[in-house]
Amino acid sequence: MEIKNAVAGTLESGDILIQIAPGDGLQIDLQSSVAAQFGHQIRKVITETLSGLGIEDAWVKATDKGALDCTIRARVTAAAVRATGKDVWKD
Amino acid sequence: MMFVPGNNPGMMADAHIYGPDSIMLDLEDSVTMAEKDAARLLVYHALKSIDYGDTEMVVRINPLSTPYGRKDVEAVVKAGVDVIRMPKTETAGEVRELEAEILKVEQEIGAVGRTQIMAAIESALGIVNAYEIAKASDRMMGIALGAEDYSANLKTQRTPGGAELLLARETIVVAARAAGIACFDTVYSNLDDMETFRKEVELIKTLGFDGKSIINPRQIEVVNEVFAPSQKDIEKALRIIAAIKEAQQRGSGVISVNGKMVDRPVVIRAERTIALAVASGIIAKEDVL
Repeated sequence: MEIKNAVAGTLESGDILIQIAPGDGLQIDLQSSVAAQFGHQIRKVITETLSGLGIEDAWVKATDKGALDCTIRARVTAAAVRATGKDVWKD
Repeated sequence: MMFVPGNNPGMMADAHIYGPDSIMLDLEDSVTMAEKDAARLLVYHALKSIDYGDTEMVVRINPLSTPYGRKDVEAVVKAGVDVIRMPKTETAGEVRELEAEILKVEQEIGAVGRTQIMAAIESALGIVNAYEIAKASDRMMGIALGAEDYSANLKTQRTPGGAELLLARETIVVAARAAGIACFDTVYSNLDDMETFRKEVELIKTLGFDGKSIINPRQIEVVNEVFAPSQKDIEKALRIIAAIKEAQQRGSGVISVNGKMVDRPVVIRAERTIALAVASGIIAKEDVL
């Protein structure tokens, strides 16, 4: 699946900024003040969400500001949709 | 009903903590066109994942005439929203169009009839058609006034006394009551003027509204205080409700309290008093017989 550079989310409290770019395999660069406790979980949600959309090759930079799992899912999906043009509501 | 921007995950996660009766996640005016797709996904995942408890969840979608409206319906119906708020409603036909759109998605997921509709009336034409809108669908649970657009459409502006909104407010209450649904007043945006806000809430309660739309948790307390019935009214209402139960157990259709026969309008008022007391947190649902 062809991927363009795309961004979704913000740096506001409770949000997460997701930047996606073409990559070989899945690389996740995570910045979070709660990385020590929740880094594994955040990476897991990002990986699962992208995998569910058929994306296995991408470079992802995630700047977390205390986002809930549902917010991470929504922001990763939004960035992926913008990167691929895939319509999640119809496909 | 507390308005929360649909593209602000922090507010969406915390909104129910303040105890509003309902939360309206907004996909329309508070979201820029460039963020419509992202806000829709946020609202979808929030509705699916966050435990909002007993709080009624409403989503204001974009009009069906925009490129976003139909996708909004699909997303929020699939997420299990309680109520879809339709903005800028002007005709009964628009409500029926939304109803058909909702039904299509509900049939796809096997949940027919789950989603209710609230129509926001925000123009002179909408006010003229208020009753037709209110009874346009069995899914209609309420109509609401959107005063900013309405004032602009009238070629006037909002004033502290609200004279420009009086006809619209009264029309909405009458239309809602005639159709047997609820009615909700518009927002008051100046958070620094709580005194005028309180007066506005007192006015709309007197007019017969069921509730007020708010934009900040600070406004909840004022609405609850104004709408809360007095202790004396609650006690009287509880006595009437107890008398109804007793009459039902006796198999009698005649209800009397303190030796006086109770008419149907009195019973209706008592039930509303109890509902308001529960909604205002004065008595618990379990305390009602």
